[in-house]
Amino acid sequence: MELGYLFSTIVKMAALVAWIYGLLWGLNRKLLWQKALTVILAFGVIQGAFLLSFGDFAVFSGFDQGLLFQAVSMAMVAVGLNVIYGFNGQFSLAQWGFYGIGAYVAADITWWWSSGNASGLLVAGIGVILGGLAIALVGRLLRLKRGIPVLSAFTFYLIAVVAAGAVAMYLGHALVPLVQAGFGTKAAPGILASAAAQQVVFILAVVIAGAFAAEISFLFGLPVLTLGSDYFGIATLGFAIVVQTLMVNSDTILPFPEMKGGRGMIGIPRLTTWATAFIFLLLVIILVRNFVKSSTGRATLSVREDETAARAMGIDIAQSKLLSFVLGSFLAGIGGALYAHYIGFLSPSMFSFIAGFNPLIIVVFGGLGSITGSLAASVAWIFFLEGFLRVLLGQMGTEAPTWRFVLYPIALLLLMLMRPQGLLGTVEWGFLKADRLLKKVKPADAKTPAAVQKENS
Amino acid sequence: MPDSSELSTVVHLPPKRKRAPLAWVGNGFLLLVAALAAYILILNLIKNPVIFLQNVIDGLKLGMVYALIALGYTMVYGIVKLINFAHGDVFMVGAFTSFYAVSQFNLHKWPQMLFPAIPAGLSVVIGSITVILLSMVICVLLAITIERVAYKPLRDAPRIAALITAIGVSFFLEFFGALQFVYSPEFISYKSPFDTVSWYIMNGIHPIVAGQGTPDNTITFSNIFLIILVASVAVQFFLQFLVRRTKIGIAMRATSFDKSTARLMGINVDRVISFTFAVGAAFAGLGGVLYAIAYSSIWTQLGILPGLKAFVAAVLGGIGSLPGAFVGALIMGQAESLTMSYISTPMRDAVAFSILIVVLLVKPTGIFGEPAGEKA
Repeated sequence: MELGYLFSTIVKMAALVAWIYGLLWGLNRKLLWQKALTVILAFGVIQGAFLLSFGDFAVFSGFDQGLLFQAVSMAMVAVGLNVIYGFNGQFSLAQWGFYGIGAYVAADITWWWSSGNASGLLVAGIGVILGGLAIALVGRLLRLKRGIPVLSAFTFYLIAVVAAGAVAMYLGHALVPLVQAGFGTKAAPGILASAAAQQVVFILAVVIAGAFAAEISFLFGLPVLTLGSDYFGIATLGFAIVVQTLMVNSDTILPFPEMKGGRGMIGIPRLTTWATAFIFLLLVIILVRNFVKSSTGRATLSVREDETAARAMGIDIAQSKLLSFVLGSFLAGIGGALYAHYIGFLSPSMFSFIAGFNPLIIVVFGGLGSITGSLAASVAWIFFLEGFLRVLLGQMGTEAPTWRFVLYPIALLLLMLMRPQGLLGTVEWGFLKADRLLKKVKPADAKTPAAVQKENS
Repeated sequence: MPDSSELSTVVHLPPKRKRAPLAWVGNGFLLLVAALAAYILILNLIKNPVIFLQNVIDGLKLGMVYALIALGYTMVYGIVKLINFAHGDVFMVGAFTSFYAVSQFNLHKWPQMLFPAIPAGLSVVIGSITVILLSMVICVLLAITIERVAYKPLRDAPRIAALITAIGVSFFLEFFGALQFVYSPEFISYKSPFDTVSWYIMNGIHPIVAGQGTPDNTITFSNIFLIILVASVAVQFFLQFLVRRTKIGIAMRATSFDKSTARLMGINVDRVISFTFAVGAAFAGLGGVLYAIAYSSIWTQLGILPGLKAFVAAVLGGIGSLPGAFVGALIMGQAESLTMSYISTPMRDAVAFSILIVVLLVKPTGIFGEPAGEKA
């Protein structure tokens, strides 16, 4: 039984990696219908595997499906971190904090909605929109004068965002009765309490959660990104710890009694389906690919390679760092939101900074600067740690979780000693590979990030 | 941002010291925050100076332990540019070693057993010192092993690989220690090699007798506080001497300045790095024992947060600088203790990290850090 499970886990891991390869290969076809077919097939294969079962033996049991959903949300976090660290060279440990923020924000919105109250959606939605507008406005105003110190700029942004939040609080609560009129109350749910409306709210919540995480990361990143690399890393670690502290005290320091502080938030509607997870994953892949291949993305890459040279070429380094940090946090927020609605329960202990090393490990394991690597590594990592080791050690009784974390570092150590540049290095597959135009110009002495890091250290 | 002042440095004109526009907003914001903090502190100092002093003493105790750990971080980072996450767990191993030596083997009683005629006080002192030395030795051996097995093969690999390995080693020590046949996943109440004696100050210093309460509004302190104070300061001076005056200290400084040139000058860089790890681990072990005695409860994840705070302290003071680590640790201790009493207990980490971020924004290399040179 155990051996069979082990074998099937390995097969599933390999099949999912092959699935990623197929998806990326298909998306790279020229014609639109080929791409569309790929997407439909990629969706259908997994959905089919979910449904398929031979008597007692389910091809993708509930446990495996859980692993897959975890892998998808982890992939978003990891790809986001890869944008920040792999492509822009900013060593960030805050990713887990943004993941947690996304999870809690989205969960709060749908929690209120499903208990018959639209205020969460309205306040968060209006807050995110107004916050974004405020940031854009202040940014435009600050551009009028050159050389404003970062701390002053931060102060302006902070005031603007806090003001926007206050307005959103007022507006959101004022609008609740209007929406509630169509939506009905808990006792008499109107049309808006239907399953379709719930899905719409869920998708809105995911986007809002991502945007919220992005705005927080903008405010935090603005001053902190001016620090040197390792100092930045420590400051971001601090951010992750502070976020977790706030989660533990969400019902005392923060005014969210429904989050129940350290006891954990329960009753989150489990709305994540394979369709939503897949669509978001696809959008994330396309978004990141287009970002990396754009001129802005190349500027981001050049900042990683050599800041002085990049500045000499007229690249705004501060802006480039901030942009990739915000984008990465946005992806983390989305991943968190999807995870929250898959698992249905959130506890601050999930977001401890210790667990926050996991995305970093995945990104390094997959290869810094390889999105394919992050995707594949997320799948491999989840199936190894949560599937493989958990089942392998299932017989050890109460000590199994401990043994898991004894074997895991050993595997990590061996991997790092044998392949310090990660499994895939900077290799990309299909859709994510360099586009056709660039492929003809063979880079004469392009350096891998590993080589550059070696030089710098 | 390529602005005019940077262009002027390129053509080697003396840079114009022009005040940045709107700088007063940011400075004003910082001043406002500082004024708020000062207001809270002064208000509480006036309200009850005795309790305030008591908090300062508690913060000093914590800060001095952080200082012992921070030394290891700052030296290792100064030489190999590695955030040695396993250092906090070496600290934990120090605490556990002394616990086992005391509770299982009664090591702290060996002078009394071998020489019954010895005075009781002297016996306790010698026994405790033996326990502490044993912990230090075990920590040194552990750190050297970790360095050989996990870090040395990766010395030429990208820095992130070594960092991931450090995280891996840290996980391994925490969870291997939590296995039933090694330590235990539970909290263990610590058995101290000597009895804690406390005093209170009220018209002179009086010992606190067990079973009798202390009068209100007094400052209390214990012998462990004094020991931590003395040990931490002594270690500071010892390390200053080691780094400034001895041959190996000069080799350490040379290695931290430029590894390859140091090698050319005939310095055995590998040995210097091992030595640095060993020295850091020895004082982490000492800190572990003292921390366990002072806070009297240990478990295998004991080292994570103190280790992290100590690293923050090292960064705050300017990484690579020994006095910096000491001052940074004292600031961290005070911040934690005062925040716990006057703002709110859970926000102590937030305040500690906020202080770090503010200090780094004002002085990017930390309080005692040397300005970073332009890297070619």
